[in-house]
Amino acid sequence: MVAVAVPRRQIPRKALIVGGIVLAWLVLWLVFRNVGTLALDASELTPLHRWINSVNDAVGASRNSNPVFLYFFNEIRLVIDEFVTFVQALIAQPSFGRPVPVIGWLGVVAIAGFVSLAVAGWRVALLAVAGFVFLGLQGLWQESMDTLSLTLAAVVIALLFGIPLGIWAGLSDRANRIMTPVLDFMQTMPTFVYLAPLTLFFLIGPASATIATLIYAAPPAIRITAHAIRSVPHNTVEASESLGATRKQTLLKVLLPSARKTIVLGVNQTIMAALSMVTIAALIDAPGLGKTVVKALQTLDVGTAFNAGLAIVVLAIVLDRVTTAATERRSLPRWAFFGGFGVTGVAVYFSYTYLWAAEFPSEVEIGSSIRKGATAVTEWVQDSLPVITNGFKDFVTSVLINPLQALLAESPWFLVALVIVALSFLIGGVRAAVVSAACLGVLVATGLWQDAMITLASTLVATILVMILGVVVGVWMGRSRRADRFIRPILDAGQVMPAFVYLVPILALFSATRFTAIIAAVVFAAPVAIKIIADGIRAVSPATVEASTALGSSSWQTIVKVQLPMARRALTLAANQGLIYVLSMVVVGGLVGAGALGYDVVAGFSQGQLYGKGLAAGVAIVVLGVMLDRLTQAAAKRWTN
Amino acid sequence: MCAVRNKQSRNGRRNRSEWFGVDPVISVGNLWKVFGSNASQVVASDELKSLSRQELMDRTGAVAAVRGVDFDVAPGEMFVVMGLSGSGKSTLVRCLTRLVEPTAGTIMFEGENILEADAKRLRDLRRNKFSMVFQHFGLLPHRTVADNVGYGLEIRGVPRAKRGERSQEVIDLVGLTGYEKSYPDQLSGGMQQRVGLARALAGDPDVLFFDEPFSALDPLIRRDMQSEVIRLHREVGKTMVFITHDLSEALKLGDRILIMRDGQVVQVGTGDELVGAPADDYVRDFVKDVPRSHVLTLKWIMRPPRPDDELDGPELSPETVVREAVRSVLGADKPVKVVRDGELLGVVADEEILGVVAGEV
Ligand SMILES: Nc1ncnc2c1ncn2[C@@H]1O[C@H](COP(=O)(O)OP(=O)(O)O)[C@@H](O)[C@H]1O
Ligand SMILES: [Mg+2]
Repeated sequence: MVAVAVPRRQIPRKALIVGGIVLAWLVLWLVFRNVGTLALDASELTPLHRWINSVNDAVGASRNSNPVFLYFFNEIRLVIDEFVTFVQALIAQPSFGRPVPVIGWLGVVAIAGFVSLAVAGWRVALLAVAGFVFLGLQGLWQESMDTLSLTLAAVVIALLFGIPLGIWAGLSDRANRIMTPVLDFMQTMPTFVYLAPLTLFFLIGPASATIATLIYAAPPAIRITAHAIRSVPHNTVEASESLGATRKQTLLKVLLPSARKTIVLGVNQTIMAALSMVTIAALIDAPGLGKTVVKALQTLDVGTAFNAGLAIVVLAIVLDRVTTAATERRSLPRWAFFGGFGVTGVAVYFSYTYLWAAEFPSEVEIGSSIRKGATAVTEWVQDSLPVITNGFKDFVTSVLINPLQALLAESPWFLVALVIVALSFLIGGVRAAVVSAACLGVLVATGLWQDAMITLASTLVATILVMILGVVVGVWMGRSRRADRFIRPILDAGQVMPAFVYLVPILALFSATRFTAIIAAVVFAAPVAIKIIADGIRAVSPATVEASTALGSSSWQTIVKVQLPMARRALTLAANQGLIYVLSMVVVGGLVGAGALGYDVVAGFSQGQLYGKGLAAGVAIVVLGVMLDRLTQAAAKRWTN
Repeated sequence: MCAVRNKQSRNGRRNRSEWFGVDPVISVGNLWKVFGSNASQVVASDELKSLSRQELMDRTGAVAAVRGVDFDVAPGEMFVVMGLSGSGKSTLVRCLTRLVEPTAGTIMFEGENILEADAKRLRDLRRNKFSMVFQHFGLLPHRTVADNVGYGLEIRGVPRAKRGERSQEVIDLVGLTGYEKSYPDQLSGGMQQRVGLARALAGDPDVLFFDEPFSALDPLIRRDMQSEVIRLHREVGKTMVFITHDLSEALKLGDRILIMRDGQVVQVGTGDELVGAPADDYVRDFVKDVPRSHVLTLKWIMRPPRPDDELDGPELSPETVVREAVRSVLGADKPVKVVRDGELLGVVADEEILGVVAGEV
């Protein structure tokens, strides 16, 4: 053996300090375990919760006397309700004294086919017709039409505001500067959180559901429209001006036509976001497929939940295909257009006049077979796979979830707060420490400290799993074009699916526990993280990778020493986005056994006396989100510089 | 009148004084364009105005793209502005149509100060009086060639049928017949620029502005397009202001050439004036690789007759380009007389010709 002088590896001072803090925490935890954890029973309330309840009652009582309500909120609610009811009357609900909607299934199928034909071509039109007929066959026609009505109503309103705002932000730098942070905020807020405050002002029902959907679905339309307008080449605009065009002419004849394709993409995003939110809004009593899923989940009826979930997927695929294909320039032959128009007209007339064309025939039906099949598969899985599924579940639960939760939720609150503030200071300096301290203060004030800590533990575990998946799959995709081509469409599809849909199979596999909720969050958040990391790895300059290979690095060395370090920015972004996505699933997790804040919110929607607690839990989720977002961003800044 | 002048200008070049027997179409006086929030302060201060671009940048953060530029353009002239990248050419030409708002100075167009035009008047001018051809074409990707060409007319509210007629005329004029229904992304760069040219011509403007229209094209296509512009200039007889960073393009096209450097005018003159009498080392350096025999005329190389010269040789005009005089001078055994309107200006003999030709190798 040759003696080699091995330099002693320096452990950075920061790492030592962090280690010290964690060690001290562990020791103090042993001493003070279960002291000062600020635990609160499921049915227990704090004065704050009672106060919010009383505010809610007071608001409810003054709803018809207070001018702010009479002339503002109630007006908005009425207009939106009217609009939604009108769309429902057209295609979903018995209306105008008729036992059936104005346009029956045959008419809706024909319209869907014709519109798809006109904007997206033959194949997509066939897909649309098949998809809609399938919804009927599932025995979910009316629920599907309710969901579609709500989605369309929300989309129309979102675009009515979103596109003009987007154009404005595209034309004016100042408008853009003002709107960007607002949109950022709207998009990073966990989706469920605004449901509760909205119900305070707009009551439970379609109006609140539509407004929540608007908040969620309008930002992509605004953003993408602004982006589209801004990316029209300057020289095209200049050429138009040089020919003496007025601003309006340049807008109508140059900017909008050039931006059309991108704006349609924005419409697509808005529709998908709206569909996803409309199903989630079932929590505040929005009618439709989402409600079927929620009810089935509450009774653990996997078959029914699966059937309805499948309908949401079908609807999502049809809407996505049609709007994606609509970005292409195409022109339909005249005869096809007028032929299609005529056929559609006849179909609509039939569906208005004859019962057989109005109500989807219940004799032909496959919904019950799907339900039975799904139930059977679930039972089989639960009988035959528990070794694998339970093994995995128990492993993650005992290795990750339990210890982390014990540490966070069973330490005295001041100890955890002290540790978090200290770590924040180390990561992001005084500012980060102050933000964290403020957030922790709010958490204590909500009265839901222990629940927040349990949720924090689950969130961290889910994020860790997301990052593991993200790095493994992302690096694979980033290094292999073939893997990318194969996996990316699956991720895209996963992102399009409304969050509820995941719950069903996961619930079937793991039954209702914390773990199930964590897995649902991972499934929801992983595609974003994977894509970000894959793009980051791909963006590492090929020349550097080549140089490293030329020096004789193994693949593993290239990944660990070149690609991952150079993709740092992508990694931190993935962690940040992963956290935000995981947090936005906390409430959904509450439906499938997550407990803690998620359960508090869900319970708050359904039980009057828990309203205040639910609202406080919503605030706690937002505050957790703000704190983690700031911390990961500060860490990212530190690490990438 | 105009056509005659043009023909003359293409064959024998005229010197400066000859351009201005008539009122100029465009007359630019002490034009400044400063980018930056403190632009108006800069042009208000003589001290700041006297700073170089870099010093001004360091002191105030403002960029003086165009600094006190003066020039006139005669009717029917092909006026070329030449300078290196960043010298302020694009800014200058955009100031002329107020696509960029000038900071100070005057721009007289047919006797009207454009800087005083309100938005409506400016639109009228852009619609009827001048139009522009851009380096990156600036075509509308969602419109066919015909609709791109007709865009300016559409904006003015010309009815569809008339628009179609006029578009077809200019499409034929620039040699795009048969491509009316194509979209820009189906055409090559050269063809796209023909569309740009047709669009500019469609409104029948008095003046055409070109901002490095051929810089993005391949050399061969560029040469075609240059010839095309010369042909159009001859056929339609319009005043043209042409921006380029390419000296050979400038010499090929320009009746007169303005050389710009760091936003300032270095020299204005015909091609032979620049080559024969460069104003400073900067210009001299620029033109040093130009084949002088292609540019210089006899008036630049003739000498006064000496007593021993035999003055009964052949006669040539002082505007004859050296290259075209080589054969006659070397072939004659006596010095060639340079004569204008019967008046003897000087003589050119073998040694003068050889001095130019030899200097090139
Ligand atoms: N919009 C602008 N804002 C700030 N500086 C500009 C702007 N446009 C041009 N400039 C500056 O003015 C100078 C002249 O630019 P330009 O007129 O484009 O030169 P050229 O066309 O001769 O290459 C350059 O230094 C450029 O950076
Ligand atoms: Mg330029």
